[in-house]
Parts: sequence; C-alpha cells; structure tokens
Amino acid sequence: MTTQLAVRPRARAAAPPKRSKKARRGEAVFGYAMIALSVVFVGVFTFLPILASLGLSFFSWDILSRPKFVGLQNYGRLLHDGPVLHSFVTTIVLAIVIVVLQIVIGLGLAVLVQQRRHKATQTVFRTVFYLPLLASTASVAIFMGYLFDQKFGVINYYLGLVGSGDVPWLTSSFGASVTIVLVTVWQQVGFTFVLISAALTSLPRDILEAAAVDGAGPIRTLARIKLPLISPTLFFATVVGLINAMQLFDQPFIMTKGGPGSATTTTVMVIYQSAFNNLQFGYGSAISIVLLLLILLVTGIQFAASRKVVFYQ
Amino acid sequence: MVIVIAAMAAFGPLLWTLTTSLRTPAEAFTNPPQWLPLHPDFGNYAAVFSQIPLGTFFVNSVVVTGLIVVGQLVTCTLSGYAFAMIRFKGRGVIFALFLATMMVPLQTIIIPVFVIVKVLGITDSPLSLVIPALGSAFGTFLMRQYFLQMPRELGEAGRIDGASQWQVFRLIYARMATPAMATLAILNFSSFWSEFYRPLIFLQSQGKFTLPLGLVGLQGNLGTGSISVVLAGVILALIPSVVLFVVAQRYFIEGITAGSFR
Repeated sequence: MTTQLAVRPRARAAAPPKRSKKARRGEAVFGYAMIALSVVFVGVFTFLPILASLGLSFFSWDILSRPKFVGLQNYGRLLHDGPVLHSFVTTIVLAIVIVVLQIVIGLGLAVLVQQRRHKATQTVFRTVFYLPLLASTASVAIFMGYLFDQKFGVINYYLGLVGSGDVPWLTSSFGASVTIVLVTVWQQVGFTFVLISAALTSLPRDILEAAAVDGAGPIRTLARIKLPLISPTLFFATVVGLINAMQLFDQPFIMTKGGPGSATTTTVMVIYQSAFNNLQFGYGSAISIVLLLLILLVTGIQFAASRKVVFYQ
Repeated sequence: MVIVIAAMAAFGPLLWTLTTSLRTPAEAFTNPPQWLPLHPDFGNYAAVFSQIPLGTFFVNSVVVTGLIVVGQLVTCTLSGYAFAMIRFKGRGVIFALFLATMMVPLQTIIIPVFVIVKVLGITDSPLSLVIPALGSAFGTFLMRQYFLQMPRELGEAGRIDGASQWQVFRLIYARMATPAMATLAILNFSSFWSEFYRPLIFLQSQGKFTLPLGLVGLQGNLGTGSISVVLAGVILALIPSVVLFVVAQRYFIEGITAGSFR
C-alpha cells in the first residue's frame, strides 16, 4: 500500500512531440499559472519561515523592539540551559517508548484481527481500534485526565478493588511520564494498526501457501515470512511515528503542564514557552532548529540502520 | 481473548466519556462508573450551549476546517496536476523544494508564521489559521502521484479535438482525480478539526476559539464540578468525525497509508 505512493521514475518521459515554440511556451505559461497558488502559499508560509527561523536563531528579539544580532549566542546558551537539555532527553525517551509500544501493539492487534474468520468481526475490531484516532488529542487529554485522576479516577477505583488504588498517575514524575505514554499510545496505536493491517492483507498468497505446504506453523510463518515481507511498512511506521512523537505537545501541555516539576516538559513545550510566554523569539527559533536537526539525525540513523533489517521485494 | 481485552481498553474510555456526559454533574465522579446510560440526563448537552459558547466554538471549527479543506483541494489539485502533466522550465527544481519542506516539522516554522500572521494583521481571527494552511507540499505531492498514474493519451486526444489546456484538466483529469481529492479532504479534515497547537498560539479571545481549544479552556474554568458538561462537549466535537468516518471510511484508511509519507 505504502509503496504505491513512493516517488516513481519520471512519468513516461516520452520524447516530446515536435511542436512549435509557441505551443511549448503556451504550455509552460499554463504550468506556471497552475502552480502559482501553491508556490505562493507554500513559499510564504513554509519555505520562507524555514529560512526565517534559521535567521532568527542568530538574533535576540522580543517582537516589540528591534531584533539584535547576537551571532551564535542563542546556541551557546542552549548548551548550558539545563531545562532545555532535559527537555531533549525527555522528548527522545518518551518518543522511543511511545513508538516501540505503538509498533508492537499495532502489529499484535493486526495479526490477531487477521486471524478472525468472519469478515464482520474483523470490521468491528478494526473500527474499535480506529475510533480513538477520530477524537482530537485535546479531547483525549481531557477525558484521560479525569480517568487517571488519583482520588476520583476510574482507573484507580478499579485498581483499588485489587488492592493498589492510590497510584499517583499525574502527580509523580514517573507516573506522569507513564500516563503520557499510555494516553498517546492508546490514541495513536490505530495508526500503526491500520498501516500494518493493510500490509498484511496485501501479502502475496502464493508465498504463504507455499509456507503452509512446507509445514510452517503460524508463529514460524509470522516470524520468518510475514515480518520480513512487511518490514518496509514497519520501517515507515517507525520513521513517521518517531517524527510525530518527537513533536509531542498536546498531551503533556493539557494533562500535566509539563510537570510535576519538568518531568514531562517536551522540547516543543520549551519552544512554546520561550517564544510565546517569554517573548524570546530568537532563542525559541534556535531551539526549534536544534529540534529539526535532531529529527533529521534520528531519521537518518534509521535509514542507515534500515539497510540491514528492511527487506524490499 | 487478548483481542477482546484490547478492544475493551480501546473502547472503554470513550464509552465512559459518553455515559458520564449523560449523568448529572453531581453524580459524574461517583464510582463505580456507570457503563450503561440507564437514566440518561441530557441536561449537560443543553448546558454546553447555555453555560459556555460551544455553539460558537463549533461554528468557528466548521469555518476554519471547511475553508482549509476547500482551499487545499484547489491549490493542491492545480499544482499536483501541473507537476505531473505539464512541461515547464524549473519544474524539477520547484518540486524538489516542495519535497524538502515536507520534512520540516510545524514547530520549526511556527515562530516566523506567527510573525507573518501578526504583520498581516489577522491574529485572533479564523484567517490566522486558514491562510497559512491554504497551500500544502504534502497535498501537492499526493495529487501529483495520483495524476502520474493517469494515461497521457486522453489529454493529447482532447487537445487534438480542440480542447484548451484548462478544459483538458477540468473536464478529463480533474474528474478522474476525485478519489485522491476525497483522500486529501479527509486527511485535512482530521488534522485541522482536531488541531490544538496553532489555535492555542494564534487565537486570544474566547469568541474566536475552535472546539479543541475551547474545550480545554472550559475544563480549566469549570473545575471538576461540571466534568459531565465538559464531556458532553467532547462528545459533540467527536460526532462530525464519527459521521464522516461512517460514510467515508475508505478514504480515512487511504489517508493513513498515504499519510505515512508526510
């Protein structure tokens, strides 16, 4: 499924038919007119801001007075800024745990659903696992905040029935991190589930039948045949999942305000605070550039590592 | 067995939200939770409109999401078609620049975008969310991939029959592209209907808030006393997504598999 959309070789680069210069120019003008709107909007609101962000990171600016050039000072300050460095560690740790759980659970669910004989049962499960994705992260953070409440929450109520009902889900450092992970995985697992399900259903039948004929059991078939065949999908789910998870903001912002202390303060929250609470636009830009580089680095490492484990047909 | 437990874990929090939104505020936090709404009390649903401007949030969300969905359908279909089907100088370079921006997260550009929005004088207006989102490199990419699969001969035949370039696009190819347009529309609906980060930064007055931002603000204001009212708002915000999912499930799934390239 995913590979269908991968960049194709230039579409049918047939030799251009012999046409007059005028006709070709007419076609080009039409082309420019067609891309004009996109070029303006993507240019002004995406491309230009990337450059502007890089530029701003060398300035000190509170948006009210004139920006002051400070060279690399913002980056120097960042290297000694404990809370910012801590936020990078928090972001990476949370992202890795979230993505690993998402992939493992999503894969498990996809395999289990596929084993169901009845199409109707499959559809019911698919829908149920997709439902959380339909809610906004803000909505999810709101009702999960109530469910995980230490005193009145439903979760501690049931845990209390089995004798451990006073878990400080949102009020201890470790508890808050665990809660953020659980809530994020709960909502996002439908994404990996759908991706992996699609990949599993499109596996070539002849290979699976050949395996069955050779006497391979279900677990062996999964480990030796299905997993290698869907490894490109698993790889994409990991790459996309990590890029998204490293931008975690809504859940900690709404549920814990980054706390207790700074236990769940992610880098995106730090960017938000520096720029929009403290009006340090230059410093905020510098942190956002470092976050971008970090995301590119993590993605690059994955691509390098993928050569060993991802199997393309 | 395992899968049934997983399904309960996935569905439980949503079911609790629904049933609690149907309890009176006084009973909302009483445990054990009531899993079936035996005596539904719809008072909370009236309260979300009388106590807080949920109707306003709803309208704001519809306006913002609707304009972005329609706007991107126009910009991305036009440019996707041009990048796929029309020869012009610089096409490769411009498209490569588009692709490069796809890797960059929103957080890296949010500060300059905020400044531009301020310069344009549209802060605290739905336009601050709409205008910066009218173009999309990803949407352009998605549409281009779809147009690339279409046979060129149709357009060439149309040209020979005397159709203009615009007519070839409008009457032949754009009509064939409706599945991809539906996918793009659904994808954008999901992300912008649920969006929290940009509204939080760009909007200040409550009257301009979209649903997610409004609900979070409401949670802060009312405190635990009226959680069932807040939850009624959460359910109301969810309804359009569920309805759309029921009628256009295929495009949601397509959007995810296509979205993995974002």
